[in-house]
Amino acid sequence: MISTAREVERIVITGIGLTSPNGNTLREYREALLAGRSGVSDYEIRYVGKTLAGVCDYDALKYQKRKEVRRGTRAGSVGIYCAHEAIADAGIDWENVDRGQVGVYIGVTEHGNVETENEVYSLKGYDYDISFWSHHHNPRTVANNPAGEITLSLGITGPHYCIGAACAAGNAGVIQGAQMLQLGECDLALAGGVSESIHTFGIFASFKSQGALATHDDPSRASRPFDTDRNGIVVAEGGCIYTMERLSDAKARGAKIYGELVGHAMNSDATDFVLPNPDRQEQCVRKALGRAGLAPEQIDIVSTHATGTGLGDIQECEALRRVFGGSQRTRINNTKSYIGHAMGAAGVLELSGNLPAFEDGVCHPTINVDRLDPECELPGLVIGEPREMKKVEYILNNSFGMLGINSVVIIKRV
Amino acid sequence: MTNAEIRDVILNILEGITPDDDLTTLKDDAPFREQLELDSMDFLDIVMEIRKRYRVQVPEEDYEQLASMASTVAYLEPMMKDLEKV
Repeated sequence: MISTAREVERIVITGIGLTSPNGNTLREYREALLAGRSGVSDYEIRYVGKTLAGVCDYDALKYQKRKEVRRGTRAGSVGIYCAHEAIADAGIDWENVDRGQVGVYIGVTEHGNVETENEVYSLKGYDYDISFWSHHHNPRTVANNPAGEITLSLGITGPHYCIGAACAAGNAGVIQGAQMLQLGECDLALAGGVSESIHTFGIFASFKSQGALATHDDPSRASRPFDTDRNGIVVAEGGCIYTMERLSDAKARGAKIYGELVGHAMNSDATDFVLPNPDRQEQCVRKALGRAGLAPEQIDIVSTHATGTGLGDIQECEALRRVFGGSQRTRINNTKSYIGHAMGAAGVLELSGNLPAFEDGVCHPTINVDRLDPECELPGLVIGEPREMKKVEYILNNSFGMLGINSVVIIKRV
Repeated sequence: MTNAEIRDVILNILEGITPDDDLTTLKDDAPFREQLELDSMDFLDIVMEIRKRYRVQVPEEDYEQLASMASTVAYLEPMMKDLEKV
């Protein structure tokens, strides 16, 4: 029976591949975070018109032929880029890896909207005659598409699937990867999350209808969690995939280790489709701490989920205040303030932005907080300037999503 | 459309479907599959593009007619000779 990561096999992160609106490698991304550089830009999409988004500029042709880009989806392409980068970063002797023992676990907020919208739009030009509907629609929209494209690109014959977990998906992918390693379902997990969401007008339109789509004259200042003048979410694309291994395997091959997953938890609000529930969030955080055998005072950095919505930010701060309000040690930041909300990639991408703190001892700040909302005041909130820390031992990463899905992971320096 | 124009149309469609292949050396009498990286989904793309651009329907039983450039042009000629190239 699996109860905690510590009682069974210890699981570590050994490679990171990512694309973020402000960087296509961990190094670029970290530099941007420490320099306060936003990745949000002007953006335009059908029906919605001019808006803002976090847009990635990774080189898709680095690991894909042009035909493969055309055949597949943006989420698949993001996943392929991140997976290849992670394997290269991990220094794995890929040619001699048993591909049947590699598992691919990719978190997604949604999948298929982009292709469906494109097809319906195209079909309109043919008077809705379905003989013009693409035969590519099904393979592009099946829910395992991004993970499946990764297996095709890398010749992986182990298990693959996507974890649909709204905006908790990035964390959920990491948790799934760890659990499958502990179960022995795979020896190497490619785990994380991807987002192609800026290519669906529906997500922008829906947030707009909900009164939750950010606007600002200066794109780089639009994503502003905890600020009094925040007015919604900036949608972003992106991806982040880890190579995860059992600690014993990683040590045996002399792998570089970014950190160990020592605690995780997921739970459900069971209260509302969109409004978060701080009680359940608090429970989720405490559950992860309990599994890790840690007190709140031992967490050095809390990477928040806050998206820049009016109520959502307050709810998370309420949950964190209850858990970390008495901690002198804990510093709290928010990475969406730089890149917007990278949906299925958000959790794992935001965690990755913080992992270099194990080496450089710096907590990157939340940017765009000109006037801190009194209801978002938290002890330890890092705003505006990077915060030097003595030594970072533990990072806790929140990631929450619609339908009341909560996820927390805790990573320990190794 | 002349046969040469029909060939140009097919070539243009192929450029979109298989952008990594060099089509300048394509031999008209040899099967596409022997020269290009084409699978069954790609052949469906050829059929779909002909349908979208010229409203020409290629029934499934005739797909084998699209094996090579020469056979494709010969097959399409009666259906496309009276159409203007777009």
